[in-house]
Amino acid sequence: MTEREERRFAEVPRESIKLMAESSGVELSEEVAALLAEDVCYRLREATQNSSQFMRHAKRRKLSVEDLNRALRWSNTETICGYGAQDALPFRPLKEGELFFVEDREINLVELALATNIPKGCAETMVRVHVSYLDGKGNLEPQGTVPTAVQSLSEDLLKYYQQITRAILGEDPHLMKVALLDLQSNSKIAALLPYFVYVISGVKSVSHDLDQLNRLLHMVKSLVQNPYLYLGSYVRSLVSSVMYCILEPLAASINPLNDHWTLRDYAALLLSHIFWTHGDLVSGLYHQILLSLQKVLSDPVRPLCSHYGAVVGLHALGWKAVERVLYPHLPAYWANLQAVLDDYSVSNAQVKADGHKVYGAILVAVERLLKMKALSLTLAAEGSGAGLPGTTTGAVGFRENSPGLSPPSEPLSEPPLGIASHLQAGGAGCPWEEWTPVSLPAMYCELYSFFGDSLAVRFSTGPPLGGATPPGPCQPLEGRKEPASSAPNLENTRKMPQLTASMNISPRQDGSPRMEPQPPSLAATETRKTCSVEVPPGPGLGTTDIFPKARFPLPQAGPPAFSFIIGGRQMGRRCQGRRFQTSFTPTPPLTTHPPRAYAHKLPVIGRVSKPVRRWTCSHYSLHLPL
Amino acid sequence: MCLWCRIRQKNPKKKTYYAAHVMTPLLSAPGEKMAAVQDAPMELDSEKETKPEILSDGTSNLSGNTASGTLSSPPLTAGGAPKQEDQQTLIAVLQFLRRNKLTESVDILRREACLEDQEDSQTLDGSGGGKGDGDGGDANSLLSRVSIASAAAPQSTLTPIPVKSEYDQPDVSVVLSAYSQQGDPSLYQVYYTGLKNFIESVLDCHRAELSQLFYPLFVHMYLELVYNNHETKAKAFFEKFSGDQECYYQDDLQILCGLTKKEHLKGNEALLDFRTSRFVLRISRDSYQLLKRHLQERHNNQIWNIIQEHLYIDIFDGMPRSKSQIDSMSGSFAGETRREVNKAKVFYGLLKEPEIEVPLDDEDDEAENEEGKPKKKKTKKDSMGSKSKKQDPNAPQQNRIPLPELKDSDKLDKIMYMKESTKRIRLGPENLPSICFYSFLNAYQGLTAVDFTDDSSLLAGGFADSTVRVWSATPKKLRKVKSAAELNLIDKESDDVLERIMDEKTASESKNLYGHSGPVYGVSFSPDRNYLLSSSEDGTVRLWSLQTFTCLVGYKGHNYPVWDTHFSPFGYYFVSGGHDRVARLWATDHYQPLRIFAGHLADVTCTRFHPNSNYVVTGSTDRTIRLWDVLNGNCVRFFTGHKGPIHSLAFSPNGKFLASGSTDGRVLLWDIGHGLMIGELKGHTDTIYALKFSRDGEILASGSMDNTVRLWDSMKAFDDMETDDFTAATGHIPLPDNSQELLLGMYHSKSTPVTHLHFTRRNLLLAAGAYNSQ
Repeated sequence: MTEREERRFAEVPRESIKLMAESSGVELSEEVAALLAEDVCYRLREATQNSSQFMRHAKRRKLSVEDLNRALRWSNTETICGYGAQDALPFRPLKEGELFFVEDREINLVELALATNIPKGCAETMVRVHVSYLDGKGNLEPQGTVPTAVQSLSEDLLKYYQQITRAILGEDPHLMKVALLDLQSNSKIAALLPYFVYVISGVKSVSHDLDQLNRLLHMVKSLVQNPYLYLGSYVRSLVSSVMYCILEPLAASINPLNDHWTLRDYAALLLSHIFWTHGDLVSGLYHQILLSLQKVLSDPVRPLCSHYGAVVGLHALGWKAVERVLYPHLPAYWANLQAVLDDYSVSNAQVKADGHKVYGAILVAVERLLKMKALSLTLAAEGSGAGLPGTTTGAVGFRENSPGLSPPSEPLSEPPLGIASHLQAGGAGCPWEEWTPVSLPAMYCELYSFFGDSLAVRFSTGPPLGGATPPGPCQPLEGRKEPASSAPNLENTRKMPQLTASMNISPRQDGSPRMEPQPPSLAATETRKTCSVEVPPGPGLGTTDIFPKARFPLPQAGPPAFSFIIGGRQMGRRCQGRRFQTSFTPTPPLTTHPPRAYAHKLPVIGRVSKPVRRWTCSHYSLHLPL
Repeated sequence: MCLWCRIRQKNPKKKTYYAAHVMTPLLSAPGEKMAAVQDAPMELDSEKETKPEILSDGTSNLSGNTASGTLSSPPLTAGGAPKQEDQQTLIAVLQFLRRNKLTESVDILRREACLEDQEDSQTLDGSGGGKGDGDGGDANSLLSRVSIASAAAPQSTLTPIPVKSEYDQPDVSVVLSAYSQQGDPSLYQVYYTGLKNFIESVLDCHRAELSQLFYPLFVHMYLELVYNNHETKAKAFFEKFSGDQECYYQDDLQILCGLTKKEHLKGNEALLDFRTSRFVLRISRDSYQLLKRHLQERHNNQIWNIIQEHLYIDIFDGMPRSKSQIDSMSGSFAGETRREVNKAKVFYGLLKEPEIEVPLDDEDDEAENEEGKPKKKKTKKDSMGSKSKKQDPNAPQQNRIPLPELKDSDKLDKIMYMKESTKRIRLGPENLPSICFYSFLNAYQGLTAVDFTDDSSLLAGGFADSTVRVWSATPKKLRKVKSAAELNLIDKESDDVLERIMDEKTASESKNLYGHSGPVYGVSFSPDRNYLLSSSEDGTVRLWSLQTFTCLVGYKGHNYPVWDTHFSPFGYYFVSGGHDRVARLWATDHYQPLRIFAGHLADVTCTRFHPNSNYVVTGSTDRTIRLWDVLNGNCVRFFTGHKGPIHSLAFSPNGKFLASGSTDGRVLLWDIGHGLMIGELKGHTDTIYALKFSRDGEILASGSMDNTVRLWDSMKAFDDMETDDFTAATGHIPLPDNSQELLLGMYHSKSTPVTHLHFTRRNLLLAAGAYNSQ
């Protein structure tokens, strides 16, 4: 008799049997009730055992009423109706009577029918397929759930993690510096990488706190610079955190006193840094970044600070990104920006100030675009002139310097070809792919129409090769009229500042690298070109058509060094013209470093008043350096 | 006279539970001593009628019986002579009863205790004496006594444990009752104990083998008791010895213990079968001799009779098997396999592939020459156009069973297959397959079965709401053929007539097939992708056309739920198995089965065709696997070893091996040719519903309810096992325990039990299951 209890079978007591019998009007003796009770128990067990088979074949773990009903039906027993619901039936105890019962509430059908919530189980059954495991491998550790696993780390690592995060996010700047330094050089923290990445992804939650954001960005920088860390796919996560800082309208930016601009600049710099150094870890990363930047830029709803972020981001990614994304987008964007800048109402003041920021950022970006493009053309020309003896253009890879938002720690090299080869100009003369470039003059022309005289491009060249570039006599170059891509309007007396190039920069001209914030006048600036170029005698030097053909004939002896100078005169409508020139001092020839002195500040904003109308008829000329 | 008995306190947990259980009824029915414990009254009654009798045979003294009513008082200290204990027990019980104000019970007990003290036998009033106790009419009524003599029992499992109450009152000892029995049925316990003692005393090497006897003897004796209406004795017997049985028989014991009446037996065919069929044991000759000698010496005819009548002892010459060896093979309903059952020759080799001119350039599908000149599938690349290879000696005759002729479309498909297989990835331990998971979303109604077509282009799901749904796994949508009226309009001569007959309006990603009236437990595509089979709880197997998406035939025959169905690899034939415990072989154009494979003692849960279509394998709830010859319907292989119902089966592509998975979470590997178990893959924690070999047979994939797919190195498992005819003679080989080495990978799904697995022709692994949001 004990095995029943031991196995915990459900028992139907005799009393219940008797009660049931009574309810149907039958009086049962004890004996009969006992026998019946036992039999009922057995039959119940049997039915349960049979029904478990239906459960197993339905590949479920939970026995359902339906299963029991099937078992009952197949043993020719009446099925139980009314309990077919999928959900568990709630048992309710009744304290007074030690009674348990299934709650069976009345249901208002009208209410049910008119209920707006859609009952569960209406969605269509469908099949979705996904690759779960590739070649028997899969990322078993899901990302994002990292901190829960902190306990699994070794005690020391855990302590380190806590100390470092505390130091970095804490108040003490000195401690932070130490922590960052360690993070930058510690070779044993690979296991903690996911955790740090997770912490960094917390940028989204501290968007009100510039300080914290800054610290987190510094953390990114340290991680990125740590030579012992293999970032792997975490690059993506880091990039998204940095992009957040660049692009998002941070909560901190509501207060105009907060200098979120610097943060964005820094983040942009960091982005380019990550990309140049670790971009090869994640394929398509460059393209993705460009896309998201472009998206932000083309979204007029976004606040100006986001646009600013996009521009500095593009700028940081290099001139090709600017050319690829910003430049084609500029005409469309310009109208919006113009509207903001033209609104002098008081309420608009803040927005306008932001607009100026964006304007400045764009200006810097396009300036460098022009500069670098010219440079690349130069190099392309060098490449094409490879027939000349003694040139070592093959080894020439011009280096870009990050803009001086913050001193870059090391020269950044060009991205690996695999990533953005379509964006590469084909450094040594290979043709542009898929991306049809705008010729430099045309680009300059168009940009000038936007920025007017504010556009002062300072050109610099790469380090002189061979080291020996004795400054020679400067040779004024003749200006070259631009071909008729846009008809010169002769009525307009105004002239664009000339784009000139010089080789081995001559003594600087009288230049005002800064421009006044006033709008340039419509009056023509007097073009003055004083660029001196050291030109070794060579064939075809005289009237070379550099820009359209992208060909710079090379000096035979020694590689050339070019310098471009833009000179012009700014004329106020009522004030006297002001001459300006932007030039760039060449780097000392001896250094093997890339030019890094190009640390200009954001130019003060100036703009043409009616650029859209004006640019088509503006007359310009270019001095060509050769 | 004494209901007071010793309680074996093996398990304190059991005890407390028990005590709690006793007390509640006591409160509800205070008048009746132990009344509400279901079986208590009967025992009480029978006890009341008993006369004291002390068994002289000490060895057969049945002590150690679990009994009713214990009280739990925590501080237990051992000690005290048995006699005193009994007294103390009584006092303690009295105290307990008094404390609980069960005065009536106290009175009765006192009376009894007095009687007991006087060593007198007195029948108490037999008011409840007639209570359905079979023993009532038995001349040899059940005798109970306070086990004064229990100390004499050498094999006593008594553990007299006096219990001290907190008042330093006499110890409440919990002791066991000993029922002595007379007459034939009553002596079962004696017999069983005697045998047990013997087996426990033999040498270790024989003990394991002879221990196999316990379970069948136990079940048979128990059933015998039940069958002969000795209900109480049956219960006592069960109680006493069920704990000794192997853990893998727990499920059976559960069923058995609920079964206490002859009437119950009648409804339970599986157990009736057990009674009438012979349980097979495999014992080495030495062990058998030992047993025989013992039984003859002791004149233990009862046991001997059972052995003669119900057991089949398969004696082999050689070393006795170890415990683990025995455990690996036992577990089934009907014992192990007789060796001679697996002696029949099985033609497990593959049929030769019909020679098909493989056009070297695409779409040159003039593959007309289907001569009798066959060539082997596996070597089709090199034998292409050359002379046909020697026939595999293990392969059946090409025409052993009639197979459908190849149609042009079949040949096209074969060509496709060959092309695909040239691009197949060669898998191995270093080169694991990628896994694609087909998740069924919103399958509220319950996904019960899945199948893929061989070329992985279609996917069918059977659901508990009686529907079958077919999905296209490729971008190509599913289209119906146009209606007859529309078909009349199309130009039958046009080249693209096959395209024209399709009704573009009906194109959709999936199609629902309605027709069943119960959950669909099995689906299977025909190899030519024109048909789909589904088997359902409604007792039918239905054949659906995948051209019109309508039901073509309903095959009725099982009359009970049909758990599984499977198309022959050559089409035309299919097999189904169900609750009626038979598997049936059908041909699509016959409405009645061609063969009925009967032999399983319980439901046939899964069915598979051998790659050469000459054999059918079935797995059953009776935990056995049977291989049936399609030609003559004979069972040619019988595999035991699983400890739970078998829910998945898979043949290796070369036809030599079989893998089976069951609810016990183990995969077993079998050598069909030699009829041997050759591997055991442990690791899954729940029922294995899906098994599949990779196309080359290198990898075995198993999918389970535990939401994992595991990959096993089947090549290594097969290679490690050197089976030859010699080793096969004994019917068993030592199994290495190398599951961990063979496990190549374990892959978790996200809350999705794996219902089906399929290797594409290029060896990409497809898994399917219904996402379970809870």
